[in-house]
Amino acid sequence: MSNIALSVQHLNKSFGGVAATQDVSMDFPEGSLTAIIGPNGAGKTTFFNLISGALKPDSGKVLLGQDDITQLSSAEIVSKGIGRAFQVAKLFKTLTVEESLRAALMSPAGKSASLGQHFPLAQTRERADETMELLGLTAKAKSVTGNLSHGDQKLMDIALALAMKPKVLLLDEPIAGMGPEERTKMIETVYRLWQKGGLTLIFIEHDMDIVFRIAQNVNVLCYGKLLAQGTPDQIRNNPAVIEAYLGVAHGEVA
Amino acid sequence: MNGHGFRRDVIIALVALAILFLLPLVFPSRVAMDFIVRVAAYGIFATALNLLVGFGGMVSFGQGMFFGGGAYAFGLTMQNTGASIPVAILGSVAFCALLALVIGAICVRLKEIYFSFLTLAFQMLIHSVIISWQSLTGGDQGLVGGIARKPFFGINLADPTQMYWFACFLLIACLLAMRHILQTPFGYTLRMVRDNPDRAKFLGIEVWQIRLKAFVIAGIFSGIGGTLMALFVSGAFPEHAYWTTSGDAIIMIMIGGIQTFIGPMVGAILFSLLNDSITKFTEYHGLAMGIAVLIFTLGFKRGVADFLQQVGGRWFRRAAS
Repeated sequence: MSNIALSVQHLNKSFGGVAATQDVSMDFPEGSLTAIIGPNGAGKTTFFNLISGALKPDSGKVLLGQDDITQLSSAEIVSKGIGRAFQVAKLFKTLTVEESLRAALMSPAGKSASLGQHFPLAQTRERADETMELLGLTAKAKSVTGNLSHGDQKLMDIALALAMKPKVLLLDEPIAGMGPEERTKMIETVYRLWQKGGLTLIFIEHDMDIVFRIAQNVNVLCYGKLLAQGTPDQIRNNPAVIEAYLGVAHGEVA
Repeated sequence: MNGHGFRRDVIIALVALAILFLLPLVFPSRVAMDFIVRVAAYGIFATALNLLVGFGGMVSFGQGMFFGGGAYAFGLTMQNTGASIPVAILGSVAFCALLALVIGAICVRLKEIYFSFLTLAFQMLIHSVIISWQSLTGGDQGLVGGIARKPFFGINLADPTQMYWFACFLLIACLLAMRHILQTPFGYTLRMVRDNPDRAKFLGIEVWQIRLKAFVIAGIFSGIGGTLMALFVSGAFPEHAYWTTSGDAIIMIMIGGIQTFIGPMVGAILFSLLNDSITKFTEYHGLAMGIAVLIFTLGFKRGVADFLQQVGGRWFRRAAS
């Protein structure tokens, strides 16, 4: 059994009377590729918000390796090694692809607030080039991110998270709103990133084809609770999952 | 590539400074010199405000409190201590930095309109303090009695030409410093925070610290603008810290443009020209200013410098292709 990269223990979060997360515990082994699925409103994005420090849980713990990161700010959690990409790409729309990455990379170098040098810093070049290469954005280096296509914006969003060399990368619906070609490119890119090793990848996805094709483990959330977890085959045949999610006539099983 | 940028800025600054220095020799006009001194004070002030508005996405409605704060801190130091002018300027800078640190610590965590209104509220508070603390500030009379311009380092600011040169030097030095700040890692982090504060957080950036730093920097330079004004008019007045002063600075950056560094400076020049020429012809100068602002915001949909940059960029691309 390999080491646990990220572990959440008995997480609870309510908004008013609505329990968005109820006693959720999950372990993510180092180097694993896990999908989080669940019907709309199952609490998937809330779950990511709790891990990444955007929300504080009412109770429960989040451990990164051995470190308790439950009470840390988003910025601190990032520097501990959790990167996050968003359902709707969050970019710096007036900066180019290259500028965005090189500006982002000042942060791990501890230079974000420096008044001593001029932008861009020489030490950020290599990792920025590498990240653009990894995500196939090199040709767009000089494009302003606000003008990129939808698919490239999502890639750029992942690039920002990945540039920080996270141990754990959270992707919230990486292919949402994409056309078939963009989807294929994105899935191949994500899979390649994971295969390179060293990265524990957790993604939220609605498209079951994709989930069953690439995920090693699948965790199913339903009304804020962990309904099931297992390999894609186990999940596919789990009666509770079929009833709650896969069986519904209007479900996203396209 | 980055070192070159700074060298280019320094060369532009030196050329601008040389032209300004030589101007009175070619055009010996006291009116023009006085006009440029006032424009210098407003130009520093408006450019400082635009660090917040244009580059930080923080629309401060209360920036006048630092303009006025700087003017009073300088005037009071000069009147009540034996300090020389440079020491009093440094004292005024320190006062504005501290004031901005305290007020900023409360304001910068708020978003958008809440930030704007809280800065406005603090400005009204500072203005009230100035009005009511008569024994110190002279109340609504302002700081009267004049500010003695004692010579320092062989510079005699009682001489109008030397005062003019000093104002030009201060203007160019402040613009160059702010230009530099915007090209540093901090300047780019500030742009990230403006474009997407949420994303910045998830890249390990403590957003409020960056905003606070910008607020303090803008407070310092606004204070230098006010200090120069106090030095020029030989006093400090409650209007300097009133909301109309903040409003003037907002109008300057609207007219001049908020996306280009030089926009606020262009705005300060146009605003002062308009203001002076309109007051000559009509008492309804507020109405005329309002119409001018409408022409810029509705007609050009952006400030003059932003407009020229865009048109120039298009022309350049066409010429290049």
